[in-house]
Amino acid sequence: MQNAVSFQHVSRHFGAVRAVDDVSLDIAEGEFFAMLGPSGSGKTTCLRLIAGFEQPTSGHIEIFGTTAEGLPPYRRNVNTVFQDYALFPHMTVGENVAYGLMIRGVARAEREAQAIEALKMVKLDGFQTRRPSQLSGGQRQRVALARALVNKPRVLLLDEPLGALDLKLREQMQDELKALQKQLGITFIFVTHDQGEALSMANRVAIFNEGKIVQAGAPSDVYERPRSRFVADFVGSANVLTPDFNARHGGEKTWASLRPEKIRLALPKEKLPTGWTSATGLVTSVSYQGAVTRIVITSEGNRIAAMVPARDLTTSEGDTLTFAWPRSAAVAMEDA
Amino acid sequence: MTAAVARPGSDFFFRRPGLLTLIFLLPPLLWIGIVYLGSLFALLLQSFYSLDEFSGLVLHEFTLSTYGHLLEYSNFAILLRTVLMAAAVTIASAILAFPIAYYAARYARGWSKALFYLAVMMPLWSSYLVKVYAWKLILAKEGIVTWVANQLYLGWLLDAVLALPTVGGPSLSISYIGTFIVFVYIWLPYMILPTQAALERVPKTLIEASADLGATPGQTFRTVILPLALPGIVAGSIFTFSLTLGDYIIPQIIGNSRPFIGSTVYALQGTAGDIPLAAAFTVVPIVIMGIYLVVARRMGAFDAL
Repeated sequence: MQNAVSFQHVSRHFGAVRAVDDVSLDIAEGEFFAMLGPSGSGKTTCLRLIAGFEQPTSGHIEIFGTTAEGLPPYRRNVNTVFQDYALFPHMTVGENVAYGLMIRGVARAEREAQAIEALKMVKLDGFQTRRPSQLSGGQRQRVALARALVNKPRVLLLDEPLGALDLKLREQMQDELKALQKQLGITFIFVTHDQGEALSMANRVAIFNEGKIVQAGAPSDVYERPRSRFVADFVGSANVLTPDFNARHGGEKTWASLRPEKIRLALPKEKLPTGWTSATGLVTSVSYQGAVTRIVITSEGNRIAAMVPARDLTTSEGDTLTFAWPRSAAVAMEDA
Repeated sequence: MTAAVARPGSDFFFRRPGLLTLIFLLPPLLWIGIVYLGSLFALLLQSFYSLDEFSGLVLHEFTLSTYGHLLEYSNFAILLRTVLMAAAVTIASAILAFPIAYYAARYARGWSKALFYLAVMMPLWSSYLVKVYAWKLILAKEGIVTWVANQLYLGWLLDAVLALPTVGGPSLSISYIGTFIVFVYIWLPYMILPTQAALERVPKTLIEASADLGATPGQTFRTVILPLALPGIVAGSIFTFSLTLGDYIIPQIIGNSRPFIGSTVYALQGTAGDIPLAAAFTVVPIVIMGIYLVVARRMGAFDAL
């Protein structure tokens, strides 16, 4: 399959700041690709390089096999949903959605019909005559989406698309975006700092840190097998086991990650199944989170969080507790 | 309760927030209501009186005859001359101000922004009269403009411009062109500042979004930047237009001494003592500005506010 977007050793420097530092990346056509990272990690700059708002300092970018350097945004078959939606305040919702068509010289009746069609797709039909200022945040988000999609882009870029929405709306929009991507089959590339959003929506995730991609792969891959301490910590806050601790509990003498939900509580002298190991430590905090309870245990100098089903709970702060995990759940990783 | 010191006044106003607002608003309300609107109303009233041609006294009877005088050829020429000058000054100011305002809003940062504000505001710090007289010297036949034109062997061009019918004259300082140049100079800051404020409020992402949706920079300018800057340009044009309509000093010092509304009012209320006609002349700019605002609103100039 053809690559929708291809980065070859791309860098973008702002003075001394290396916002994007030697990034190579291939995004296949039809992928739902997430760029995940903390703020200032270079993910948004990567998106802006694809949109054409930034030009690379060095390296080569291709969009569907065409060289993108030097190509202005208005010559690219790529559309963006902006973080602040960037709706035109002096136009109605319908005019906003039809804007790209108007620029391309589509006749009025035709573009109005297409705008209504696009608004239907995002469940906002009947809103064409309103002003953006009369809409809620979630509705503006949908208008921004319709305004991009009406142009039938080959790649849709989404910059923190759900960042400004409240939790419930965010979950709903996640499902809708996923369904929309499947239905349209176009490449979605979205930037987020929310690991839950990236894991639940994307086919593939790239984790950014300090201008570089530190790991890329399927969400389950990145989640289960973080390659570095940064990824383990950033994607779902895994426990980081020191090399000594890992070696004492059946692993190699390397840093390892251990997911909090892989841990279960055990009795002090319990006979564990084969392949399991256990440790004992002091409970330093217990927090009830509804379906699960998060227990933090200090054991042999390691701070280990465990997520256990709430009904299992008979412990409180200051108790000594034994906990167990399958050895295979402790995944070795680089020290970084 | 040891720390609480009794503050009956504060407590009283805390429970009656409306009263405090009223106390703060009363002086400006009185000012606007009595001093400002009151005198405007008195002016309006005067325009419906007339002057007795024999006694030279004001007849306190309602009549529209004073307004009828406005339509006489010499008076109507004054109105037309002033309105055309104000329109020309406004259009020229808008065209000159836009690039400056655009640069200041989009590109100027740090020291260059400070320099911009200084350059725009500094002319406002010096006396209006001094500036106008300075321009008289600059534009005079023996002035620097003529001298520079001659040094550049462009004296013929200046002569050709001055030879134009109506707008030309013996020298720049004694022609409509001169009056126009000085008006534009004096009122330009009032156009730059609102335009710059409006452009400043256009988020950068709107321009990016427009490009993203396929618009070339020219299309983005026409469909996004200009419509969003329009309220600022209209605000600026209200200043330049109405200030030109009412000014009575510049046309007396620079130009061919033909009367404008301002200088006519000045003459009528002083030497001629015809207060009703002076008032009627004054009402004209108010009506023009009213119509202008309604038309601007109809055209959607304030939609982006």
